[in-house]
Formats: sequence, C-alpha cells, structure tokens
Amino acid sequence: MIKKIENLNKSKIISRRLFVLVAAKIGLIGIVTSRLYNLQISEKQKYEVLSDKNRIREWKTPPQRGIITDYFNNIIADNQRVYQVHLSLEEVSNFNNSIFKLKNIISLKDDEIKKIYEKKEKSKPWDTIIISENLSWSEFSKLNLYLHELDGAKPVLSTSRYYPYSNDLVHVVGYVGDATTQDIQNKKKIEENFVPGLKVGKIGIENSKDTDLIGNHGTKRYEVNASGKKISEISYNKETQGENLRTTIDLEIQQLAQELLKNQAGSICVMDIYSGEVITMASSPTYDPNKFTHGISTKDWNKIKNNKLRPLLNKSLAGLYSPGSTIKPLVALAALEYGIIDTKFKVNCKGHDHPYELYGERYHCWKKNGHGWMSMRNAIKQSCDIYFYEVARLLGVDKLSLIAKRYGLGSKVLEDFFSEEKKGIVPSTKWKKQVLEQSWYLGETVITGIGQGYIQTTPLQLCLMTAQLANGGYKIKPNLIYDKEINLDAIKSKIESEKNKSVSQNILKDQEFKHYERLYRNPNNLRFVLDAMYGSTNEQFGTSFRSRHKEDKYKFAGKTGTSQVKRISDQDRELDLDLEEIEYKSRDHALFIAFAPYDKPRYSLSVLIEHGGSGSKAAAPLANKLIKKILDRHELREKIRKDLKNIA
Amino acid sequence: MILSTSLNSTSYSFIDKLKAIDYFLIIIVAIIGSMSVFSIYSTESGNFSFYTKNHLTRFLVFFSMFLVLSFVRVSFWYRQAYIFYILGILLLILVIFFGISASGSKRWINLFIMNLQPSELMKIAIIVCFARYYHRIQSSDIQSYKYLLQPIILLLIPCYLVITQPDLGTAILIAGSGLAIIWLAGLNLKYFIYTGLILLVSLPFVISILKPYQKSRILTFFNPDRDPLGAGYQIIQSKIAIGSGGLLGKGFLQGTQSYLEFLPEKHTDFIFTLFSEEFGFVGSMLLILLYALLIYRIIRIGFSSRSFFAKLYCYGFASALFLYIFVNIAMVVGLLPIVGAPLPIMSYGGSSMLSIMLGLSVVMSCKIYSRDSIGN
Repeated sequence: MIKKIENLNKSKIISRRLFVLVAAKIGLIGIVTSRLYNLQISEKQKYEVLSDKNRIREWKTPPQRGIITDYFNNIIADNQRVYQVHLSLEEVSNFNNSIFKLKNIISLKDDEIKKIYEKKEKSKPWDTIIISENLSWSEFSKLNLYLHELDGAKPVLSTSRYYPYSNDLVHVVGYVGDATTQDIQNKKKIEENFVPGLKVGKIGIENSKDTDLIGNHGTKRYEVNASGKKISEISYNKETQGENLRTTIDLEIQQLAQELLKNQAGSICVMDIYSGEVITMASSPTYDPNKFTHGISTKDWNKIKNNKLRPLLNKSLAGLYSPGSTIKPLVALAALEYGIIDTKFKVNCKGHDHPYELYGERYHCWKKNGHGWMSMRNAIKQSCDIYFYEVARLLGVDKLSLIAKRYGLGSKVLEDFFSEEKKGIVPSTKWKKQVLEQSWYLGETVITGIGQGYIQTTPLQLCLMTAQLANGGYKIKPNLIYDKEINLDAIKSKIESEKNKSVSQNILKDQEFKHYERLYRNPNNLRFVLDAMYGSTNEQFGTSFRSRHKEDKYKFAGKTGTSQVKRISDQDRELDLDLEEIEYKSRDHALFIAFAPYDKPRYSLSVLIEHGGSGSKAAAPLANKLIKKILDRHELREKIRKDLKNIA
Repeated sequence: MILSTSLNSTSYSFIDKLKAIDYFLIIIVAIIGSMSVFSIYSTESGNFSFYTKNHLTRFLVFFSMFLVLSFVRVSFWYRQAYIFYILGILLLILVIFFGISASGSKRWINLFIMNLQPSELMKIAIIVCFARYYHRIQSSDIQSYKYLLQPIILLLIPCYLVITQPDLGTAILIAGSGLAIIWLAGLNLKYFIYTGLILLVSLPFVISILKPYQKSRILTFFNPDRDPLGAGYQIIQSKIAIGSGGLLGKGFLQGTQSYLEFLPEKHTDFIFTLFSEEFGFVGSMLLILLYALLIYRIIRIGFSSRSFFAKLYCYGFASALFLYIFVNIAMVVGLLPIVGAPLPIMSYGGSSMLSIMLGLSVVMSCKIYSRDSIGN
C-alpha cells in the first residue's frame, strides 16, 4: 500500500517534470522557428544576393580599339591579329614549373619573366595572366605542340594595335601601351573598362581621343564553384569596339613630308586655310610606334632616347624656334594696320660697313653688301633686315605683339588636344616685366622685328599664321579630326561678303576673337603683304625665287626665314663660313612659310629644318615639291569632302 | 531473447504484439528516412553514388533492425542496462588504444563493415542505464548524497572519455541526455541551479583548457565575420544557403550553395542547411513538424507505459532526441556554436543511425510490452 502511494507520488513527479521539459522544448522550437523565419523570409533578399555573389563571377573581356584613318579612309591605326599565350592561374599546379617550361618553349627573356612574376603578385588566384602578347607563328605552333604538358596555359588569338605606316605618323597618331595606375586614375573611361592587358593611348591622337577609341568592355558571367572553377556560362554581354576616327591628315602628303625630312631634324605642317584641317604634321626624325604596343625593349628605347636629333620631340608643336624672317610679313602688316608708315616708306640698307645703329649697338643685315634703298614690298621680297629694324622701332614691340598673337602666335594651335604642345613666346614690355622682371630695351624691339630675340614659335603656329593671312585675315579653328560641323562654303561666303566692309579703328585694340571672325582693319594692307610674299617667290631677287613653280596652277607665295641659334660675332661675320664648316649645333635653323595656289589660296604650309642653314636653300625647295603634291590631290580631297557632306 | 520470460508474469500473443505496434511512429521514421535519402542524393548533385548508396543501405538495414528488435522484451533492456553502459565504456576505452583518427580526433573503431563510433552508442546506453538506475529509487531518496553522487560519476566517466577524443558535441549531448533523466526522476531544482552556477564560475577555467580550434569556434560563433574564410566560413555559408532558400526553397537538386560546394560537411552536420536551401521555410517547418510528431509519439508511449523504466526511458529518449535535433538546427542557423552534432536520421553516418534506431527499438519494445511492470 505504502509502495503504491509512493509509486503514485513518483509518477506524479515524473509527469510534472516532463511537463516542464515539454514546455521548454516548445519554447526552443519557437526560437528555432523564428530564426528560420528571420533568415528565410525577412532577410531572404540579403542572403540571395550573398548566394549569387558566391556563385556568380564576372570576367571582363577586352574591347577592341576604334580604327583611325586618314582623310581618304586609309587605315593608319589598325587592329591586327596576334598570337598570345595566357596562363589561367587556377589551373596551374606549380607556377614556377609552368614558367620554366614556357620559358624553354617560347624563349622568354629574364626581364619578361620578372614582369610575369610581378603580374602574378597583383592577380587574384582565379585570374588569367598574359605570359606573352605577341608570339611568332613558329613559337605559337610549338606551344600548341607541347600544350598537354602545360597545365593552365592557353593559346589565344587576340588583336593588338598595329600601325601600318609605322614611322610616318607617330607624331600625329601616337602609340598605345599598357595602362599604368596613373592612366587608370586619370581617365574614368579607362577605369570603367579596365581589363588586364588593356592598351591605352600614350601620346598623340591615341591619347587625346582615348575615351572615344577604347570602346566598352564585355562581361562574361560564369557560375563557379567554391574553388573558383567555372561551371557554366550564365550570360555574355558582348564588348563593343571603340569609335572609328577619321583624321584630316592626307597620308600621301604626310609620307612625302617625312620623306623630304629624312635624315634631318625638322618639321613640315600643311593646313587648309579655311577649314583649319591639318593635312600634314610631320616631324623628323621619327620612330616606330609598333615597338611600344607590347612594351619596348630597353635597347630600342635607349636608341630612340639617345638620338641627338630628338625623335621623341614632336617638333611641329613642341619644338620652339625663333621665326626669323618669316615674321616680316606680319611686322609689315602691323605697321600698315596701325598706320605707322605707308607702303612707300623707304630705308637705305648700306651693307656691313654701315650697319643700323641704336644707342651705340650695331645691327646688321644678312646681306653683306646691303640692299640699297628699300621700299616695303622689296624689303619683304628680299628680306631686308635693316628695313624691319626701323619699322619695328617705329611700331613698338607691344603693337607688334598684339598683331602676332591675333594671327596665331603665342598660343596653342590645337588647344588641349596634345598635352605636349607648347605656347611659345610673343614678347611685349608687359611680358618682360612679369616674367623676367626687367624693363624692355629698344634694341630688343629692333631684333624682334626680324623674328629674333625672345620670340619663340612652333612650326604649326607659323603654318596657322600663314593660313590666317592667306585666307584674308580670318581666325580659323585648326583641327586634326574630321569635323562634319565645319561648313566650308559658309566660311568662304562670310569672308567674301566682308571683304570690302569697313570697320572701326577699335578692331586694333587688344581683344579676343571668335572663330571665323575678321582680324584686320583694312583689306588693302593684307593684300599688299600677300602680294609682297608673291614677289618673294616669283620675282627675281626674291629669296625663294629659285623654288618657284613656273606653271600657273602651282604658283605659290612664300617667305623664307633663317633663324640664328647664337649671336653672330664680328669675327664670325668676317669669316663668313660655309654651312659645312660650322659646327652642327651652331648652324642656323632654316624656315619657310607659304600658301598656294597664289591666285586662289587654299593651303598654307610651314617648313622647318633644324640647323639647316638658310631658309631659301634648305627649306623653300621642299615647299616646291610639297605644293605640287598638295595641289594635285586637291580635287580628290574636295570629292571626299563632298561625299562626307552628303552622308551627313 | 524469447527465454527471458521467466521474470514476467504477463504473456503476449503474436497478434497482441502486432496490434500494439505504433505504426504511426514507424511511418514517421520511414518518411524522415526517405527524406534523408533524397537529401543525401542531392548532396551528390543527383548522382546515385557512394554516399547515397551507403546511406540508403544503412537506413534500410538499421530500420529493419529497429523493427526486429522492437519485439525484444522490454525487461531484457532493463536487465542488461548496466551491461550496455559497461560495454559502452569499454568501447570508448578501446577507442583510446585502437581507434582510427580523422581530422585530429580519435572517435572510431574499425569494424570492417563500418567504422563504429562508440560515443554515439553511449548516447543511448546512458539513457537506458539511468532509466534503470532511477527505476527503483524512491522519490524520497533521490535527494540523498548517495543517489546524487552515483549518477554524476556514471555520467562524468563517458563524458570525460568523449571530450578527450576530442568530441565536445557528443559529450554535451551525452551529458544533456543524462541530465534530462536526472531531472525527470525528480532531483531537486536547486542542484541544477548550483550546477549551472558552478559551470558559470568555472567557465574561464574551462575555456583555458579548450583546444585552440574549439576556442576559435566559440569566438567565431559570437562573430562569424572574424575570419570569414577560416573558422567563420562554415556558419556564414550555411546561413547564406538557408537564407537564400526563402519561403519555398530553390527546388530539389537546385541548391547552388551545396552543389557548387560552398557548403561544408553537407552530408553530415549541415544536411539541414541543404534541405532548407532546397525546400525553403515551408520544407524546414515540415521537417521540424515531423520530428515534433516523432517526439510526441515517443512521449505518448512513455505515458501509457506502466513501468518507471519505460516511462523514464521514453521521456529521456524523447528529450535526448529533441536535444540532438535542437543542437544541430540551432548550430546551422547560427544560434549555437558549431560543435559537431548530427541531425538524427537525416545526417549521413552509420553510428548515429544505428544508435537512433536502437533507441527507437527500445521505445517500441516499451510500447509492445507496455503492460509489463518490471517489478515495481
């Protein structure tokens, strides 16, 4: 009986205790349920995203660069098929071993191997690195033969930049190379489309127009497993090629210009005087941009860098030279515009025995025996220094500077298109005070009148100056990329309509001009100067008379220039050495500016030969050949212009 | 087995026995079993290969064993209870000398047909042993020091042996199962509170003797992002898998986390994660419901049993089963640190399956022979 009560008691205890346990279990199930609810219902999206992040991995595919052509659609920067070998890191069991094997098959150099190791350091374990960008066919086929021994190595057919006219256009088109950290930081477009192995423009149009040329990268999305192995392709957003660019360059003229400059240091620029299209911008010596595409070797680089004629310098727009006598038409124009003198003003040039004197300083003409009494036309034609010393003195440097700037000197011709372009110097009293913190001397005005002294110009500026004189005194917009907005007929008719309109004296004040605005006061002054340039080339005693074209359709007008690189001492003057007898570095720069055809001007050009001696001997003859070619190709160019206009 | 009738007065005809079987329980076990086979099949990305084959075989063998052993009279289990305990301890000691090591711990004995994990068997042995122990003790005596110390020693021996393997998870489960029965038997609440306090005070000491990987697991539990690719990886990936499953799941064989191998230990401890990823919140709740029903049926059997042994065993086993399930699920959803505890029936693993099925046969035996009073 007692036992029974006891049992009943025990039974009760057990049941009570069970009840507590069951209650606790229900509570715990509640906790687990709410946790599951929280994970799977409330935060589902968060975990879905995380799950996709886990399983989906993106690979960027490189975009193809846009193609660059000349005005006539000749390809000057192309994409070429190349053979490459890539290494997929996740498939490589022993990296050192793989590199060692590859080294034997495709003959990698030590510095290349060093670069590969650097690349590997920066890569993620599932990345693919490029071992060699440009294999020869024999290396590529050898690689394919040994492929089974090389885990992770992938032979790849890719494209890379190729410049078919290698040396001829490097200063215009530029070249590409691997994107540096700086490139990526500087350009958003590069940052957005960066893919290992992406090539970006380093200089030239490739650099300036990188944003248009690069294109957009593609995206391949793969499902991957936990170890990063690709399981399946989910989507492929195809890459797009960059914009194709048509430049204003005429390949044939460019090639001729480079040919004419061969073995010399110098520049040739050709421009359409109405549209501002740069038809040629040659700089010599040149180098091969193709060498840069896959990274230039130290040996090649040193060869280019140590060349005394400085191939890396784009002389057309980054080379600074005294304009010499090529400034004289502008000095004459300034004096006429301000009414300082008239065209009949005469100065007597009496030779080296009776030089021009100012406060005891003596200034000589280049002509030993003197020119005699010179009028303005003759002074331009025969390039008399004495005459322009006097004109400059009367005019004053500030007025000269104002007109020089107006016609294109002292500022960048292509604005910010090329980072290396130089502004040059057009000195004035204010400039000297500000920059050199010194007062101006009258003697400095005198030598500025013959384009010596502080004044510094680029050949492209001289070409623009000539164009803006030859087109009747209108500001144009120089450009290198074909711009369909430029309406040639509209520009021409505007110039024609304003030719005989008179304007107020205010036009001679310092002011900013918009494109295609009139720059002159009196059209007769311009006409006079252009006619004097005609005389310089086409009449006897003209400095470029020997380089003239006799045939009417090729007739052009020009002005020579010979710019001193050092002061000529009385002793030098006595010796009067031949060019060959002077040390190269001390020889004068030869310059020539011209426009053609004379009766209906359309093209301007500038020629510069560094240390070439006199402008009439070294520079002007090149213009003769160039102008024939330019004018022969005129019809063809106009036809293309018309076609392009019709397309638009 | 049939010979062991002498002690018992009640006799049962075969028909009686068949009638007494809890078919509902068997069906639940069969359903969970088939779900587990499909889950393992999914871990192999829908290939009927090694794991699935093994798991299916084991389930079928041990399930049949459960059905057959159900007919063993409950008094047999009662009488052999201490023998089982001693056998369990002996096997654990055997592990120390002849055990096979895997990933830093020595838990298994090679039986040629399978690797036996004695600690899994110990989980059942401790319940049977304690059920017998408290079967005869009167409730008034339970609070005495003698009856307090004896079970604690009985519990500490296997726990110590398992911790040193080391296998913290199983040790906790063994301790938990034992404590559940001590609680059911009616030990005063204050002792549990004291034990809790002592544990709390000795926590710093316990932490200092933990293995580095155990420490890192605990630290990781509090902050999984501490080492997302190392110690925190499992729990982060598990939560991602479960969370991305959503309401209805990604579908059978569509669990990306698992087939892309982001999920670690997906056959064993993380099987619930895979299941939850593929069948979502609804599927998970269904599985939990099935487990709840199973536990309910076991408690119900205990309730209708006459003997204290049967009652204590069923309640104890139900509590232990709940504990295994709770610890496993709480672990994979990030509520508890990862300690290594399989999900009953669902997880791949022979010893776990064996011990659960063995435990269930004792339950069923209690049902079939519910009228046995085993002399109380």
